[in-house]
Amino acid sequence: MANVLAVTEQRGGALRKTSHEVVWAARQLADAMGGMVDALVLGAPGVDAAGAKLGGVGADRVLVAESAAFAQYAPDGWVATAAAAVKAGGYGAVLVAATATGKDLAPRLAAALDAPLATDVTAIALTGGKVTATRPVYAGKAIQQLALDAPVAVVSVRPNTWAPGAAGKAGAVEKVQAVEAARVVVREVKAAAQGKLDVAEATIVISGGRGLKGPEHFALIENLAKAFGSAAVGASRAVVDAGWRPHAEQVGQTGKTVSPQLYVAVGISGAIQHLAGMKTAKVIVAINKDKDAPIFQVADYGIVGDLFEIVPRLTEEIAKARAG
Amino acid sequence: MKIAVCVKRTPDTETRVRIAADGTSLDETGVKFILNPYDEFAVEEALQRRDKAGAGEVVVIALGPDAAQETIRSALAMGVDRGVVLKADRVPADALAVAKALAAELRGGGYDLILFGKMAVDDGNHAVGPMVAELLGLPCVTAISKLELEGGKGVAEREIEGGVEVVEFALPAVLTAEKGLNVPRYPALKGIMAAKRKPIETRPAALGAVHAQVSALALPPERKAGRIVGEGADAVPELVRLLRAEAKVL
Ligand SMILES: Cc1cc2nc3c(=O)[nH]c(=O)nc-3n(C[C@H](O)[C@H](O)[C@H](O)COP(=O)(O)OP(=O)(O)OC[C@H]3O[C@@H](n4cnc5c(N)ncnc54)[C@H](O)[C@@H]3O)c2cc1C
Ligand SMILES: Nc1ncnc2c1ncn2[C@@H]1O[C@H](COP(=O)(O)O)[C@@H](O)[C@H]1O
Repeated sequence: MANVLAVTEQRGGALRKTSHEVVWAARQLADAMGGMVDALVLGAPGVDAAGAKLGGVGADRVLVAESAAFAQYAPDGWVATAAAAVKAGGYGAVLVAATATGKDLAPRLAAALDAPLATDVTAIALTGGKVTATRPVYAGKAIQQLALDAPVAVVSVRPNTWAPGAAGKAGAVEKVQAVEAARVVVREVKAAAQGKLDVAEATIVISGGRGLKGPEHFALIENLAKAFGSAAVGASRAVVDAGWRPHAEQVGQTGKTVSPQLYVAVGISGAIQHLAGMKTAKVIVAINKDKDAPIFQVADYGIVGDLFEIVPRLTEEIAKARAG
Repeated sequence: MKIAVCVKRTPDTETRVRIAADGTSLDETGVKFILNPYDEFAVEEALQRRDKAGAGEVVVIALGPDAAQETIRSALAMGVDRGVVLKADRVPADALAVAKALAAELRGGGYDLILFGKMAVDDGNHAVGPMVAELLGLPCVTAISKLELEGGKGVAEREIEGGVEVVEFALPAVLTAEKGLNVPRYPALKGIMAAKRKPIETRPAALGAVHAQVSALALPPERKAGRIVGEGADAVPELVRLLRAEAKVL
């Protein structure tokens, strides 16, 4: 059978942006397979209201598993519930977003289903009815095609890679049994500062490097991010190691991999390990005083010069452009 | 405390990737191999826990070719007690197949903790640890950057988008290590000498059927050469115009 199950993610009862992406990716695959898309929503009672909107991005049905224990991520319960849905539904593929939660959930689910897994996938194709996944390996230094040969395959899709359009499917909500299991319990989620966007999920990322000369000057980066509306602040490893910024903001081989629509690198030289984390951004802008900095080799647009003059001006012009 | 750490032999992160003639694998000529960096955090954590408990054993297990012995020696040099090579000519691309072979080795081993790196830097799968946990029916927390253990119970922290999850579990458990969990030690000369005398067992990996296979490996498409818009703050208006009119990101 050629239906696709998209496992979504919510926080505080609101579906995450990546949940729309994963349903949309499932829609594309299901259309290629000639099948239907079911979206699975797991959350506290009342989460069905959020799930009802998923028809718009391609869900034929929305399976809602409600349990007080599912208010936050409950690894074992979510896996057991998703596995039960897969066993009942006869799917050819299960898609999950490759977020912190998805990276935890997808392998457990694959093992529970005895299904092969492809992670952090950037494209999915069908070859002879089987799923072939395109995925970066060696920290983005090579691209692998992984052929999954089994009745059901599990695939985690890289955030910001599928841009949801309008699908206008029914998205009929059906309640399914929440299977409660809890070998581990998420006791608490310590939230980062209110409204703080994560680099891995933001559509615009403004990153600063050692060229900023000190942590106090990151206000320049934060202000530029604000001027863009909703942009996340990123950092090079040099400034994370120096303690100027938290590790959560590090972009690169030992930090996060980001694929935003726009990546602005300010005072970052463009070391290969940094490039590994941001090379797949749609548009790259670099600001650096050294015209030979390697970052300019991957940048679509570069400005050579002193960031302390350029960034305030850019902040002003962006704010103007967005207001006008 | 009896602790197992699964370690992978991976190409050095500085490796310049070239594709082998078969079009599906890395050309290994001249490539230096290392102990997967995330596994170093797992090894370090195991050593600290063993030493804090004052008794116990740390075992490292690597599935791979004969050369995985060298990977195990690096861990032995850090202070691990013994090693096991689960021999396979090459590590399959099917993470679940690898997990099953490791689970078969770990099952019934009486481990209080089974540690992994959060991911291998070659395949970047993030998968084998939680898969093994599921196969063994053990509690599992992935990508942890902080760990407290007290009387058979544990609390770990893991970074998620926009926050930190605090997760409780009971031992025995499977944990996967993120950077920041600890600072891995450099093996001292004494450790390197001692490692030569520590036991390494080798047995065939119990690899079953493989359901994920690499059909092609290629270098990523080069980014089109960009352009320098101009110099200094005067170039800003032109940049903004391009972002709006050409790149359409505003
Ligand atoms: C195993 C390994 C893993 C690594 N992982 C990562 C990773 O995940 N992420 C990462 O980022 N790095 C990583 N690195 C480190 C990487 O090699 C670089 O050291 C690091 O990216 C450099 O950071 P930077 O560009 O901020 O600093 P620098 O290389 O020092 O560059 C600073 C730049 O600022 C420019 N500049 C200075 N003053 C000004 C000014 N006034 N105006 C404009 N420009 C100015 C300079 O011209 C220079 O290009 C890793 C390294 C190793 C070995
Ligand atoms: N061939 C292997 N032998 C031993 N451990 C492995 C092997 N492959 C992966 N692992 C472990 O699983 C972790 C995650 O790997 P991966 O799922 O491949 O990203 C690694 O950090 C290792 O701890």
